Amino acid sequence: MQEHDHSKCRSYLGSLSDYVDGTLCEELCKEIELHVAGCENCHVVVDTLRKTISLYHESATEAGEVPGLVRERLFRTLKLDDYLRH
Amino acid sequence: MINQKNEISVEALRAGDREEFSRLVDAYSGPIYRLALKMLGIPTDAEDVLQNTFLKALQHLKDFEGRSSVSTWLYRIASNEALMLLRKQRPEISLSDAVQDDDSNSDYFPEQFTDWCCLPEDEFLSSESKAALDRAVGHLPETQRIVFILRDIEGLSIRETSEALDLNEAAVKTRLLRARLHLREELSTYYGERLDKRSK
Repeated sequence: MQEHDHSKCRSYLGSLSDYVDGTLCEELCKEIELHVAGCENCHVVVDTLRKTISLYHESATEAGEVPGLVRERLFRTLKLDDYLRH
Repeated sequence: MINQKNEISVEALRAGDREEFSRLVDAYSGPIYRLALKMLGIPTDAEDVLQNTFLKALQHLKDFEGRSSVSTWLYRIASNEALMLLRKQRPEISLSDAVQDDDSNSDYFPEQFTDWCCLPEDEFLSSESKAALDRAVGHLPETQRIVFILRDIEGLSIRETSEALDLNEAAVKTRLLRARLHLREELSTYYGERLDKRSK
């Protein structure tokens, strides 16, 4: 691997969230892209960070249901029994 | 993420319309229960938070001024309920979290550099993998965990997360970054081992 300035890896750490969210300013974005292209470790960190976020994001689309009995008890607690049939 | 397709009428809620309130409960109970379960890890605790959230919402509907959306308002109540329950159970946690918030990012410098993104998709869909995701979230300090759940699981924006937690946006961003780096580290260990097993 090509030798490069590892102090940069540390200095970009604070901007990583904004970078993967696409909310970082264009100038800093380009700087990071340039750095990541030449730094194998940072490349892996960015890719696996994106994958980490997407795995959790996908997990939210699956498990948003309240179990039937939990819903029933909730409606009874709120005295909404009349609307339980839905 | 909360489905906002069927708009709830705040006017009807404030006027005491019970049917509208039941629609609110059905629209938002799924995400609120999921937040509570991810935060606390125990179904009976999550159910307590779910019930208390809607009881408090019902009690304070008159005070809801509509400055934030109904969903952000409910997330705010639910987050407070979940954090209160955690602190009641383990009062020492909040102090250690406060100390961590003052630390610099240096403690969060990545140590794992295995590229596990190339694992086949079925590896990420297994129940074992999903349990590993939940376990990793459970290991986060509570102040990072709630930010991560709201932002990256429930899909709130930084501003909405900041409103729900009554925390400034800079603090939300700091906690989010730390949570993400912490989770990436833990998942790298887990999926790195899966990668090793597959290559043997």
